[in-house]
Amino acid sequence: MEIKAGSRLACPECSVELVVVRPPSSPVVLTCGGVEVVDATADRPGGGHADASGEGTLVGKRYADEESGLEVLCAKPGPGALAADGREVPIKGAKPLPSSD
Amino acid sequence: MNLSLLLEMAASTLDDRVAVVSGDVSLTYADLDAAARRVAGKLVEDGAEGLVYCGTNDASFPIALFGAAYAGVPFIPLNYRLGDEQLAPLVQANSGSMIVAEDGEVAGADPGVTVDRRRLVDADFAASGEVELPPFVDPEDVAVVLYTSGTSGTPKAALLRHRHLTAYVIGTVEFASADPDDAALVTVPPYHIAGMANLLSNLYAGRRIIYLDAFEAQVWLDTIRREGVTQAMVVPTMLARVVAELDGAPADVPTLRTLSYGGARMPLPVLERALELFPGTGFVNAYGLTETSSTIALLGPDDHAAAFAGDPVAKVRLGSVGKVLPGIEVEVRDELDQPVPVGEPGLVYLRGEQISGEYDQGSVVDADGWFPTRDRGWVDDEGYLFIEGRADDTIIRGGENIAPAEIEDVLVRHDLVVDSVVVGVPDEEWGQQIAAVVVLAEGASLTADDLRDYCRQHLRGSKTPEIIEFRAELPRTPTGKLLRREVVADLTN
Repeated sequence: MEIKAGSRLACPECSVELVVVRPPSSPVVLTCGGVEVVDATADRPGGGHADASGEGTLVGKRYADEESGLEVLCAKPGPGALAADGREVPIKGAKPLPSSD
Repeated sequence: MNLSLLLEMAASTLDDRVAVVSGDVSLTYADLDAAARRVAGKLVEDGAEGLVYCGTNDASFPIALFGAAYAGVPFIPLNYRLGDEQLAPLVQANSGSMIVAEDGEVAGADPGVTVDRRRLVDADFAASGEVELPPFVDPEDVAVVLYTSGTSGTPKAALLRHRHLTAYVIGTVEFASADPDDAALVTVPPYHIAGMANLLSNLYAGRRIIYLDAFEAQVWLDTIRREGVTQAMVVPTMLARVVAELDGAPADVPTLRTLSYGGARMPLPVLERALELFPGTGFVNAYGLTETSSTIALLGPDDHAAAFAGDPVAKVRLGSVGKVLPGIEVEVRDELDQPVPVGEPGLVYLRGEQISGEYDQGSVVDADGWFPTRDRGWVDDEGYLFIEGRADDTIIRGGENIAPAEIEDVLVRHDLVVDSVVVGVPDEEWGQQIAAVVVLAEGASLTADDLRDYCRQHLRGSKTPEIIEFRAELPRTPTGKLLRREVVADLTN
């Protein structure tokens, strides 16, 4: 599926919801717990993942795939872990800043 | 990304934590989200093209902002204290919008679409029927229209798109990172970028936001103590009043971890006194512009502490705005648009995802994405950014470029001077002459010659003001920016 900036994606099998911060520079298949994510408004059977032993996907964290340039923000957490064309998508490290507001 | 997502995430994660307190009103994150969706429904049902907010900074401000975001229409905060002549054209430029008013009618607005801000918290302020909110708001859509303070001309409408503001927030704030007891005290107005950025950052971090609608030093201190406030943001005039109110006594605010300041240049004597009176608090200087979605550079608590401890390099850097945020690039250029070497002053250009640089009349960002701030400054060898002031304010006397800030800094260090402004006034021989307008401490007496002698001891002769006048106060914007053109007009009339 096409991944465009600002679009909302969801895992069909678990509770993970994502927002696209930066679209990939070339097409990429984004999966959650091994299942390709879908548009958040699409039908979501919600059967869960067979292997949900990791830390899953955490709310408020940014996940960036360096190779494709894809970056997403997790809006709702869940047990599934993200992968882009099979590559694990790591959390984008944010340097803590002093509060300026 | 859409701004409304920030609230949606906070509401689903933090739910019954208190989000906003103002006066008698207290809303949880879930309450705030529900109220914003109701306002959005009303906006969609009415076919409103925007939401003009002419009110104070209280709970109705975040409801209105996120209501507009959920509805996919721009939020346009205006200074409700503006005179009718200034307010009416801004309101009329946004016809088709819902108008949220502080009290009564708003100049230039249709009373039929005007709503009292107090109504926004009411559960019955909602669409009359079933309304569907737009499922997707394009990150390219305009989220906020902010009128710049216009210190050097008529206000310009700066456009901030959803992607600019969300880039700032997710790039600088860790989601839901606040402790459950964290509280932020907000006194900056909603029509200023600091008020906007402050709201978004605090909500995303999960802090309780406490609004004070009018600033009074004693009330501000009392509120920090009563509410256990952990974060506060002030403009320099507010900090000067707090320091004066304390009159040498320690602030006694043990919960206050961070005090950030920005919006205008901070006079060093005020800052040095504040560092003494708030020993347990970390100070943060934030520099940014409306067009850059708020903060792009920070001078943090460690730098302030080192300066206070007497480190000579840190003391110099206390006059800087610190280092630029990750993801922001800075370039200093000369008048011919060529980058200047490190340490040399010039025009400051910025680039980054949060930077808009766009007005309703068009964008000023160049083909490579650089935004000309029109501020003059320089960067030291470790990346600390020093801002001299607006390029338009630079005095050119006999071909020499003189930054007013350098002379103002010397003047306010005089024991009997509490405020000063330096401007250039037209002169046939030199092109411009240096003129200073000075506010003396109460009961103090000093002549222009005394002050000129004092300046000559600290500045080169060519930087000593030729004209020195005394006034009871200086014209400033609500966030403490000097209105230099009014000073020039006063001196040349």
